[in-house]
Amino acid sequence: MPTALTALTIHELTERYRRGDVKPSDVADAYLSRIERLDGDVGAYLAVTHDRARAAARAADERYRAGRPLGPLDGAPVSIKDVFCTRGVPTTCGSKILEGFVPPYDATVVARLEAAGAVMLGKTNMDEFAMGSSTEHSAYKLTRNPWDLSRVPGGSSGGSAAAVAGELGLAALGTDTGGSIRQPGAFCGVVGLKPTYGRVSRYGVIAFASSLDHPGPLTRDVRDCALVLRAIAGVDPHDATSVDEPVPDYAALLDQGVRGLRLGVPREYFAEGLDPEIERAVRAAIERLRDLGATLEDVSLPTTDYGLAVYYIVAPAEASSNLARYDGVKYGLRAPGGKDLIDMESRTRAAGFGAEVKRRIMLGTYALSAGYYDAYYGRAQKVRTLVKRDFEAAFARVDLLLAPTTPSVAFKHGEKEDPLAMYLNDVYTVGGDLAGLPAISVRCGFSSNGLPIGLQIIGRPFDEARVLRTAYSYEQATDWLARRPELA
Amino acid sequence: MTIFQTVIGLEVHAQLLTRSKMFCGCATTFGAAPNTQTCPVCQGMPGVLPVVNRRAIEFAVRTALAFDCRINAACRFARKHYYYPDMPKNFQISQYEEPLAEEGHLDIELADGTPRTIGIQRLHLEEDVGKLVHEGTLETAQASLVDFNRAGMPLMETVSKPDIRSPEEASAYLRAFRAVLVYLGVCDGNMEEGSLRCDANVSIRPRGTAELGTKVEIKNLNSFRNVQRALEYEVKRQADALSRGERIVQETRLWDADRGHTRSMRSKEYAHDYRYFPEPDLTPLALDARWIDEIRASLPELPRARRRRFVSQYQLPAYDADQLTQSRALAEYFEAAVTAGASPKATANWTMSELLREIAADDEDAIRRSPVSPANLAGLLRLMDEGTISGKIAKDVFGKMVQTGDTAQAIVEREGLTQVADAGAIRAIVDDVIARNPKAVADFKNGNAKAAGALVGQVMKATQGKANPALANQLVQEKLTKM
Amino acid sequence: MITRQDVEHVARLARLHLSDDEKERMRVQLDAILAYIDKLTALDIEGVEPTSHAVPLLNVMRDDEPAPSMPQGDALANAPDRAGEFFRVPRIIED
Ligand SMILES: [Zn+2]
Repeated sequence: MPTALTALTIHELTERYRRGDVKPSDVADAYLSRIERLDGDVGAYLAVTHDRARAAARAADERYRAGRPLGPLDGAPVSIKDVFCTRGVPTTCGSKILEGFVPPYDATVVARLEAAGAVMLGKTNMDEFAMGSSTEHSAYKLTRNPWDLSRVPGGSSGGSAAAVAGELGLAALGTDTGGSIRQPGAFCGVVGLKPTYGRVSRYGVIAFASSLDHPGPLTRDVRDCALVLRAIAGVDPHDATSVDEPVPDYAALLDQGVRGLRLGVPREYFAEGLDPEIERAVRAAIERLRDLGATLEDVSLPTTDYGLAVYYIVAPAEASSNLARYDGVKYGLRAPGGKDLIDMESRTRAAGFGAEVKRRIMLGTYALSAGYYDAYYGRAQKVRTLVKRDFEAAFARVDLLLAPTTPSVAFKHGEKEDPLAMYLNDVYTVGGDLAGLPAISVRCGFSSNGLPIGLQIIGRPFDEARVLRTAYSYEQATDWLARRPELA
Repeated sequence: MTIFQTVIGLEVHAQLLTRSKMFCGCATTFGAAPNTQTCPVCQGMPGVLPVVNRRAIEFAVRTALAFDCRINAACRFARKHYYYPDMPKNFQISQYEEPLAEEGHLDIELADGTPRTIGIQRLHLEEDVGKLVHEGTLETAQASLVDFNRAGMPLMETVSKPDIRSPEEASAYLRAFRAVLVYLGVCDGNMEEGSLRCDANVSIRPRGTAELGTKVEIKNLNSFRNVQRALEYEVKRQADALSRGERIVQETRLWDADRGHTRSMRSKEYAHDYRYFPEPDLTPLALDARWIDEIRASLPELPRARRRRFVSQYQLPAYDADQLTQSRALAEYFEAAVTAGASPKATANWTMSELLREIAADDEDAIRRSPVSPANLAGLLRLMDEGTISGKIAKDVFGKMVQTGDTAQAIVEREGLTQVADAGAIRAIVDDVIARNPKAVADFKNGNAKAAGALVGQVMKATQGKANPALANQLVQEKLTKM
Repeated sequence: MITRQDVEHVARLARLHLSDDEKERMRVQLDAILAYIDKLTALDIEGVEPTSHAVPLLNVMRDDEPAPSMPQGDALANAPDRAGEFFRVPRIIED
């Protein structure tokens, strides 16, 4: 019975809640016991919030009993990447430097999910400060890919993706700065959506790179993704960069099909370095969408090859600034034995940050330092303009772009020791972050060794509705979701 | 001996009178218990974001317009990085390459009336830092304590051009600057509480040379007097050094008011590298021209213009006009009394001598809440003018008005202070006084005119000051000449 | 080429204590990453405006309305060290 409950999607569950077949508490309990049983193997969670989950589920039970549910997320379990501040619940961002930090406030998106009746199960593992593509850079634990426990779940939202894939969670929140929702989404075979920059509030999201951080959902299917997005999207007075655009009822727009849509296939996304199995699967998916009535067009994004270089200046530069506050004065770790303030701060930061975070702080500090600003940060911001123009030119001709999400499927733990090799994982995703575009990854097949492959669909700014509807059409026309990872 | 020319530029930080902080909703009240006016945003907690306070922008625009600055078509906030424990994020949100306003000026007058125009290079907004309390002095403390209440308060930084040529000019500039801010209502100007803080860049060069000397930054100039003293000290220190053939080191020095000298702050191993970059959490500002026009239209008359007008419109001496425009509230008080019908010169005299005896000229609130309203002062002056009370009685009445807040009329009636202007009643007293003072009468007859004054004084005394002095004088003179 | 001195200078700016091994490793890795990043110099960026936000917005401001602050207990709750009503830090020696 518990297995059956955890196999259902949000929209399937809430349907049953309304009919009274099952109640939110049963589902919360099913997840909590499954986490108890299996998360030791997967390692998706840094903290499980049993009491908060049970209390929220009981409140949802009452609302359904009274016939007054809050909406389509009422009673739906959600898992929150540990990058989101949660009032009264320790929030570490995967870093030792925030050990013991208990935020006195909730991130806007967490507050919105809970106001919609969602039941928070816990905080999920991540690469420290969201810097990484494998979740191996968490200071706390390793997370394993439910499809193959010897492999990484991707990152940095690896805990969230693994939870959703392994049925240790139903829907999750992640953040995408260079691909950190879509890449683990692809590696774990779940739906991962990076919304338009400004579509979803960043307030309470522990900053990595402010101009690139995009909070968004990871879910089992596209309809759930539409439901969660609608709940978290919209302008926030606490985030000056959030945009005051109306939030459509995405789920209601899913059934419109793809007939007449012009889909662009950027040739630079099918270049050297792409795993042939992935290329075959993605090309097949593109053909499928044509069969469904879309037209295809070859497009070019000439600066694709420069995206990563831009990203590895802009993101570390902003990170070096955002992470300056972790100094052992106000919260989190303070290393003992500092003989004076500077010594204490330098030791705290040395002890609290992992190697990857230090590397990026150093890189970013260097790129902003006197004499180098124009050569690095200044230049990168200008090339960012060129990257954005490429997309604008493409979207003048097509409605959406189709591409692989990652150049390879999930790799083994410890396989990518060299930082640059790890960075290359983001080659197809960084463009969307630099240009702030909505982009989704959906399952479009499996490799010969049984690992999921992701199809990426990129849209115009604020055109999440079309991205979702195309992903939905594809999902409905295929049966990839029938396959589930076997745990234990 | 070389004659040196002094070159000074001032950087003034003014805390703006907004209700909430620059980037969060925390209140800006002064003097709250430590760490009770903070929130996740101004404590720099993980995940927080700043949002610009519109009124702070409005206040900066208002000030920039008052200084005739160019409001830049676009401005932007930037992060300025350095580590200090009173700064929660270890960067300060400030403005760098794109400040709110540039290229203005402030016209000042020196004590001898010489007019000077001091250029204003730039005006920008930033956030304040918290406060450090050292357990002992900074040098000996084993630990320091941090209070973040002040962190995130809106600060407006105004940098003058190096146009100031003497410590007195610097002091005059700061006074005029402060008066403008207080007039505009954007800052309370309280230097003791740190609402207005001043740093100076000072250099000297042989007179006649165009090249600037090595500049030294002086910090901690927190009163008008200290600005002048510190700069006088520093100019002399530099001149002495150069005269001895030494070189001036570019450095930051701290003014020690108790010891009356500046001393070098520990010199840096390497220059600060602030790593400015545009604040990614805030949008650029391109201020609406209509909004700027509205702010311009709402600007009050500034001290200098008002001073000139007081001289021309009310025929006041320059000294009076100067005194009365020390603060906006005082100038408004004066004009309200005149509007209520009082004569300008009498109003000026009474305001300067009587009102300012009770209330400090720059205590704007106290002036606005004065127990003697401008209309009531006008009422008092009218009673004097009409001869209902004498000037001497009027001063007593003013004292009572301060205590009670009543009108002069009410006090005069209640206490029976109305001047006796009935010739019959006064004549009887005059007769009596003359009868009792034969010696004074004899003196008068012997040509001592002053003796009449003594007799008038006796009449006034006998009526407890209520006799109309002019009438008493007239009756005494009549009586004496008839004798 | 990044030198050891560069690494030490940047580490000081970033308040990071690095061991000798870390400094050397950092030098080699930063050098490799910067060499990769140098590909940006191949592009002509003459006259190109920088992009600091993907979605350009202007003039987002809030009204000057005070909101409640945190109680002092909450404000100090996460402090690694405190003394009474204050955060406490080791003695300050300027660098
Ligand atoms: Zn605050």
